[in-house]
Amino acid sequence: MAGSDATVNGTPAQGTSVQGAAARETSAPDTVKILIAGGFGVGKTTMVGSVSEIVPLRTEERLTSAGLGVDDLHGIAEKQATTVALDFGRITIGRDLVLYLFGTPGQQRFWFMWNDLAIGALGAVVLIDVRRPKSSFAAIDFFERRGIPFVIGVNGFHGQHPYTPEEIRDALALPEGTQVLLCDARERESSRDVLIALLDQLIAASAKASAS
Amino acid sequence: MSGGDAAGRLVRPFTLTGGRTRPDRSDFSLITTVSAVDPPPAWGVRTQPEHARILRLCEKPIAVAELAAHLDLPMSVVTIMLCDLLAADRITVHPPRPVSGTPDMDLLQKVRDGLGRL
Repeated sequence: MAGSDATVNGTPAQGTSVQGAAARETSAPDTVKILIAGGFGVGKTTMVGSVSEIVPLRTEERLTSAGLGVDDLHGIAEKQATTVALDFGRITIGRDLVLYLFGTPGQQRFWFMWNDLAIGALGAVVLIDVRRPKSSFAAIDFFERRGIPFVIGVNGFHGQHPYTPEEIRDALALPEGTQVLLCDARERESSRDVLIALLDQLIAASAKASAS
Repeated sequence: MSGGDAAGRLVRPFTLTGGRTRPDRSDFSLITTVSAVDPPPAWGVRTQPEHARILRLCEKPIAVAELAAHLDLPMSVVTIMLCDLLAADRITVHPPRPVSGTPDMDLLQKVRDGLGRL
């Protein structure tokens, strides 16, 4: 977490010094998370809420930019920390497994601090508003650079989709193989299908990795 | 950079943590699960009202992010208090499923199937 060098290089530091406590634990479920990213007002919290079994909750998390090398790019002195609001929801997968969905902060100026949030995530959904797709560029760039698996969810305004996935893929110059899914973040089934597409992608990647 | 507002709101919660601003452990992520130890150890430590609230909320396992949301306190403040409770053996901690590198197929399939049931 905050200021820990061990957490910025992609290696989860959780659980290293509490193994004794964890070993005594018996009934707590395993937890995993998926991030819902994208520009401000693109529908992240709406998507979280449409599939979550609880009304989305909000918490504040302290994020740091430690060790990301942003100083050179932006002239930012030393490391920075800021507190951002996160909206999240929960999906109980089974008695022993719970999935959390976290809506990442929409403010672009905090994109370089998402590392803390991305650690330990299965992957991400980057939501795009077709009326202003640029607002989600920072999120796409972030996950692409860090090799975090993601799919693009095109959230139609009032469920309208004026462009095809191919048109959007071309317009955004997305990396080859990036899944683009038209969705309506207000609809449970639609949001669920975006998440399922992400999982299918992860499963395919995992199968490929274990086959090679 | 984020303005004085956030800093201003943090002042009061940090009085709950005796002025400390950082957890001594980095073991508490958003989705780390905590559970109150039942029964509590016989040798009690002083419990502030906020500590007692946490213990009530984690009678059943609960993720730290949920705890923070229910307490209406920032994660950073809640983790400090959880450190206190962990040090006093009042809670147990269950770390998230590690997924660095390639997550295992069973886990992914389980999540996939769970989503399919929604």
